[in-house]
This record gives sequence, C-alpha cells and structure tokens, in this order.
Amino acid sequence: MKWARNIGIAFLVTVALACVLADFAAPSYARQFRDEPGAAPSRQHLLGTDDLGRDRFARVLYGTRVSLLLAPAAALLSSFLAVLIGGSAGFAGGWVERIIMAATDLFLSLPWLFLLITVRALLPLNVSPVTSVAITFALLGCLGWAAAARVICADARSLARSDFILLARASGSSGFRLLWRQVVPNLRPIVFAQFWISIPVFILAEANLGVLGLGVAEPLPSWGSLLRELQSYSAITGQPWQFVPLILFVVVVSCFHLVLLEQESPA
Amino acid sequence: MPNQHPMLTSLARHAGRIAITVVVGGLLSATLVRVAPGFGIDEAELDSRLSAQSIQALRRAQPGQGLGAFYFQYLVRLLRGDLGTSRSLQRPVAELLEERAPETAESVVLGLTLGWTLGLSLATAVVMTRSWGLDLTATLTTGLLLCLPAAVLALIVLLARMPGRLVLALIVFPSVFRYSRNLLMRSASLPYVLTARAKGVGGFQLMLWHILRPAAPQLLALAGVSVSIAFTAAIPVEALCDLPGLGQLAWKAALSRDLSLLVTLTMIVAVVTLVANSLSDLLSKALSTVTAEVAA
Repeated sequence: MKWARNIGIAFLVTVALACVLADFAAPSYARQFRDEPGAAPSRQHLLGTDDLGRDRFARVLYGTRVSLLLAPAAALLSSFLAVLIGGSAGFAGGWVERIIMAATDLFLSLPWLFLLITVRALLPLNVSPVTSVAITFALLGCLGWAAAARVICADARSLARSDFILLARASGSSGFRLLWRQVVPNLRPIVFAQFWISIPVFILAEANLGVLGLGVAEPLPSWGSLLRELQSYSAITGQPWQFVPLILFVVVVSCFHLVLLEQESPA
Repeated sequence: MPNQHPMLTSLARHAGRIAITVVVGGLLSATLVRVAPGFGIDEAELDSRLSAQSIQALRRAQPGQGLGAFYFQYLVRLLRGDLGTSRSLQRPVAELLEERAPETAESVVLGLTLGWTLGLSLATAVVMTRSWGLDLTATLTTGLLLCLPAAVLALIVLLARMPGRLVLALIVFPSVFRYSRNLLMRSASLPYVLTARAKGVGGFQLMLWHILRPAAPQLLALAGVSVSIAFTAAIPVEALCDLPGLGQLAWKAALSRDLSLLVTLTMIVAVVTLVANSLSDLLSKALSTVTAEVAA
C-alpha cells in the first residue's frame, strides 16, 4: 500500500502548492465579473463564475487554501492541548489522572456538533471574514483535544513507569523538567499520529459548519461555503462543474485517510 | 475484598456519571445563559421614548441576584423540569422539546436500524464469503461515505430526491461496517473457529455461535457510540432536509444566538447519549460475563 500513500502525499502536495500559488494562478476570489454571472467554463474562467460573477476556479483555490492551511493549524492547537492535558495526567498518575480522564470522558460523550455550535453561537456571528476564520479554527482546535488526550495519557502513563524515567528520577530530575525533557519528546510519534488524524476530522467539521452558515464568513471562501452552493438545486442542473469543489474535497480527505492507513499498518 | 456485585457497582458508577453531567452541565449552562447577550435586560429598556434616567430607574427596580443564588435556582428549576423560555421563539423550551423530540427520535431510530442492518449484514457477508471483490467494493463505498460531511450527504440525498432520514443511516453505516468487519475478521481467524470449520460446522451456525457471539460485547459498545454519531448528524440533516426535529431547532437557536435554548438542547442530547453509552456498556459487560461463564 506504499504506492497509495505516495500518490496521496503527491496529490496533497500538488493541491497545497496550487493553493499557495493561487495569487498568481487566478484572479482575486472576491473580484466580480458583473457581465458574466453564472457563466459556463471558458478559457478565462476555468470553472465558470458563480451567481455573483466571481471566478469559481479562484474561489476553489482560495477556499482550499483556507481549509487546507488552517485545519493543520487547528490540529496543532488540539495536539498541544492533548499533550498538555493527557501528558500531564498520564505522567502524574493516581487521582490527578483519574479526575482528568473522567472529565475527558465526559467531554468525549458530549455530541461534538451540538457542543461546537453552542460555543460558536456564544461568540459573535456578525464578524469580519478573517475573524470568522480565526474563530472557526480556534474553536475546532480548542474542542477537538479529548480523543487525542486519552491516547496520549495512556502512552505517558506507560512512559512514566519505564526504566529510563526511573533512572532520570534517581539522578535528580524534577517533575516538570522530567515531563518536558524526557516524557514529551518520547510522545512525539503518537502526537504526530494524532495530529494527522485530526486534520481530516477538522476539515469535515469546518465543511459541516460552513454548509450550515456557521463557519467562515463571506466573501472569504472555504470548502464549507463552496459546498453550500450545492443547496441551490435549480442552479446546478446542467452545470456539473459545480461539483468540482465536492470532488476535490472528497479526494483530499481520502488522501489524508490513505496516508493514515499507511501509518496505522504495521511496517 | 473481591467485589461481589460488579454489575451493581458498574450501574452505580454510570448513574453517578450521569448525575455529575447533569450538575456540571447545569452549572455550565447557567454560566452560558448568564453571559449570553441580553441577559437580565428588561425589554422596556429598548423603548426609545425612555430617557436615560428612566432606564436607570428600570435597572434599579430589577431584583439583583448573586451568582450562587442564580446557579442554585437554575439547577432547582432544571430538576423540576422547568427548562426556561426560548428567547428567539418566545415559547417554553419544554414545550418545544415535546413538539420536536418525536421527529428526531424517529429519525435516529430509523437511521440506526437501517445503518446497523446494512453495516452488519455487509460485514457478515464479507466475512462469510471472503470475496475480495465484495470486500473492496464495500470498503471503497464506506471510505467514500466517511469522506463526506453529513451536511453534504444531506444535500446529495436532497438532490437525488430521496428521503432525508436516509442520511442518518448512510452516516452510521460506514462506521458500523468498518468496525464490525475488522472485529468479525479477527474473530473468524481465531484457532477455535478454524477447528470448528474443520469439524464441518456450517456457515450460518459458525457465524452465529463462533464468530458473532464472541464479538457481541464490542459490537454492543459500538452501538452506544453510534447513538452519539446519529444525534450529531441530526443537526445538518434536519436543518438541510427541513425535518422539524431537535437538530433543526438547535441550528435555528445557534443562528439566532438563543443560548438558553441551545445549551438546554445540548445538555439533553448529552444525557441521552450518556444513557445510551452506559446501557451499551452495562449490556456489553453482562454479555462478556455470560460468555465467559459459558466458556468455563
């Protein structure tokens, strides 16, 4: 399955590069071609234009950039929280671990989307696009740590009982220093796996929020807002190119899963 | 001293967990309601004819309430079944729940039944036939479904003019198939299954007694998790397919920032999923004990 992983990585790198170079490859996502609303694909507009006359190819590139760059950022935040909470709990052990893990279990049992929209609704909805991006992905990062924390806690617990930690303790290493210098570096592989697992989860969550109108605000595109266009049924009959964002979305999420599949399978 | 009543202990632990969720969730909900925009403001204050002095007088006339007293009263009202009033819909939350819960319950039950039937049957068929073609098709189909957000799946179902409730089944199905396929595959490769097969035990009997039965506790645990998956998916599905259930209500409450309604809904759904998880966990433990006793 190594070939599948390589294809997945190559595709993800190509898409990421295309998004980074979006400024050179396409017009601005917000520029309106007022004479051509709802235009069909042409040499000027590779995927046509939307109802407001905005170049759809440009919006796909910029939208992919928003989702593809910020989902890893949210995953990084959630991984950091997971290390902080799960790592400390596993390392401390005893009643500290029991209390933290009981709270984590409770947090995990809450229906994720209900919690997400509740906290999202607590924050202002009528905000600038950039603020909405920051709020959406910060929320995903802040609320998505629990599952990773559980795994990291188990790993930190077994590390805390290992011989080299005993030796480090015997040589006078203090609690925090021991955690920071000995335990956390050894948690790196599991943290990396959890980080990678979180990315497609956050991409899917952002898309759900975006379709529901609770994600990234217009005119800034994201996969959520691009997929929302599928709601206008009459507009897409006879316009199959409107499905391109959906196809790209599915392929990108599949590529993340392919890379994960390789990580999960034994070497 | 060995625990003589492990089931009772487990039951008490689960009940305690639910009680803690209600108390902690109630306090968090009360906090969210208290910090919500518009909390404690009399509608009369919005009257443009009133002067600043009149508004000040109105505010002074409102009874002040300490934080502790507010929390206590909120919890007492919650335990009495008074869930407050929706700010955006101007109706009691309990009334809204009574009206919309049956729709969600029906959708979730139908989605779970269909999803489980489809997922488990396909996993059983893959394990029994050992056909790589069927396995590959099922894995690719479920992989594709797992890559689609619930909201997009709801839109696709709408575009295909299919009933919206089908979406919940399509969301539960891939998780059930993938988990049960792996579980049954592992169970089928155990030595005693091979022995039973060698002794001529037939396909259906082998599947039911030697493969499915040992995997039942883990499958039951998945059943609890799938309730949570179905409830989570209910928001986009009901919002986009115009099904008047709790998910749609939560979505509308989020858009109108009706936090008192939203936090109550979240808490109720959390308690329902916790009860489902606890039940599946208890049943799973009971089944494991019975299986171990039979094996002994």
